[in-house]
Amino acid sequence: MSLAATARSRSFAPLLRFARRSPALALGSSIVGLVIVIALVAPLVAPYDPTFQTMSDRLQPSSVAHWLGTDGFGRDILSRLIYGTRPTLLIISLVALIMAPLGIAIGIVAGYYGGIVDRILMRFTDMAMSFPRLILAFAFVAVLGPGLLNAALALAVTSWPPYARQARVETQAMRRSDYMASVEMLGIRGPRLLFGHVLPLVFPLAIVRMALDLAGMVLIAAGLGFLGLGVLPPTAEWGKMVADGTPVIFDQWWVAASPGVAILILSLGFNLMADGLRDIMDPRHG
Amino acid sequence: MTAALELDRLSVHFYNGRHDIAAVREASLSIAAGTSFGLFGPSGCGKSTVLRVVAGIELGWSGQVAAFGTPYRAGQKPQGRLRRDVQMVFQDPYASLHPRHSIRRTLEEPLIVNGIADARRVAAEALAAVGLPPDIAPRTPNALSGGQRQRVAIARALLLKPRLLLLDEPTSALDMSVQAEILNLLMDLKAAYGMTLLLVSHDRDVIAHVCDSAARMRAGLIEAILDRPALAAV
Repeated sequence: MSLAATARSRSFAPLLRFARRSPALALGSSIVGLVIVIALVAPLVAPYDPTFQTMSDRLQPSSVAHWLGTDGFGRDILSRLIYGTRPTLLIISLVALIMAPLGIAIGIVAGYYGGIVDRILMRFTDMAMSFPRLILAFAFVAVLGPGLLNAALALAVTSWPPYARQARVETQAMRRSDYMASVEMLGIRGPRLLFGHVLPLVFPLAIVRMALDLAGMVLIAAGLGFLGLGVLPPTAEWGKMVADGTPVIFDQWWVAASPGVAILILSLGFNLMADGLRDIMDPRHG
Repeated sequence: MTAALELDRLSVHFYNGRHDIAAVREASLSIAAGTSFGLFGPSGCGKSTVLRVVAGIELGWSGQVAAFGTPYRAGQKPQGRLRRDVQMVFQDPYASLHPRHSIRRTLEEPLIVNGIADARRVAAEALAAVGLPPDIAPRTPNALSGGQRQRVAIARALLLKPRLLLLDEPTSALDMSVQAEILNLLMDLKAAYGMTLLLVSHDRDVIAHVCDSAARMRAGLIEAILDRPALAAV
């Protein structure tokens, strides 16, 4: 074996070991990673402009020119799928950025201070939890108008409570530990204690939960798009693409099936990633 | 000279659903400054509870507690001078260090919070004082053995130069060979820093090895106070 090949195999060795330890995590994160890369380089890899209409080429089946065929306006489905990664990823990353920090912060504060602070924050959490997620998302979009940001906001507002509850329970358990007693004796308290000491221990489980939640978010984001409440046309969005394909589903099935499969694959990717992360991070699922 | 620690009819009750359990019943004792005092007895006799009251962890008690002449207030965490003067080393060094913080951070953070200048140098000195090499500073506790972790915990407890050091079974989670090392280290440090030690252990030999005098507890009561010859005799 040449020196270069040895060096390369050595640099890949940790990756291989990682993949063997948790195939689910490796497969899931490759899927999610691939989708992110596609979203970043969409203009380079998409064969056509996703909004360019050619009425003479409408509803074409798969061919050399259009690998996945064309839709009702003669737009290339593959290009629309590639561009459709963008709104989907944008929505779920916005949701993740709002819900996880908000939920964790509320949970840690409630769990640490207890008493009246805990009661107020947790009743507030119960209230937020009692809203049906999709219905509230509809209401938000109805009031604020359809659009990516409003959809993300609606999802985030209803999805943070489980993070708060989980963080609270973990913080409460930690509250009674020798560790907390020892650092409090040394005068470490307040935000420094909560965010420097408690947060790093609450974080891993929150990450697992988030990966699991994001799988559901992919579906809900697509659902909003399907109902016409997400991104506005003509921007390519997977849920909207499925909706566009439903009138012709028996004759030109590929129009609805292609985005449907894309949704399935991304959602599966997040699920596998969450499963693998849980195996690695949570000792109880060893 | 005021005593390092004075307990006068200290009682602690726990409510376990319906039952009222008296963990400590009217315990009174006085520990002279600069000595080592032991508390021993079977598990569940209330010795650790006494220690947790003095540490300011257990706040629901009645009676009188004072360290170096400063009284504790039931229901309130100790503040200021008293807070720094009384420090504790816990039983399980695996549970008392943050698993994701480096040793350096574990030692420097309390110094920074308490406004002590030159935290890096003081932390390095604290490591040296407990016989650990300086190159373990960037590591996290999971790279250390149980004995090394307990040394880190001791270094951390000594950072604020406490006058009373509480030890809750400091060696019972460690191997036999490491136990003696840690006990000798504690005795050396006590001499070097001029501290008072309050040691809780179920192991009479440990108490006899370290302490000048000791109290035997049973079912929440202090049964007897033993002096040095009495400790050595049995």
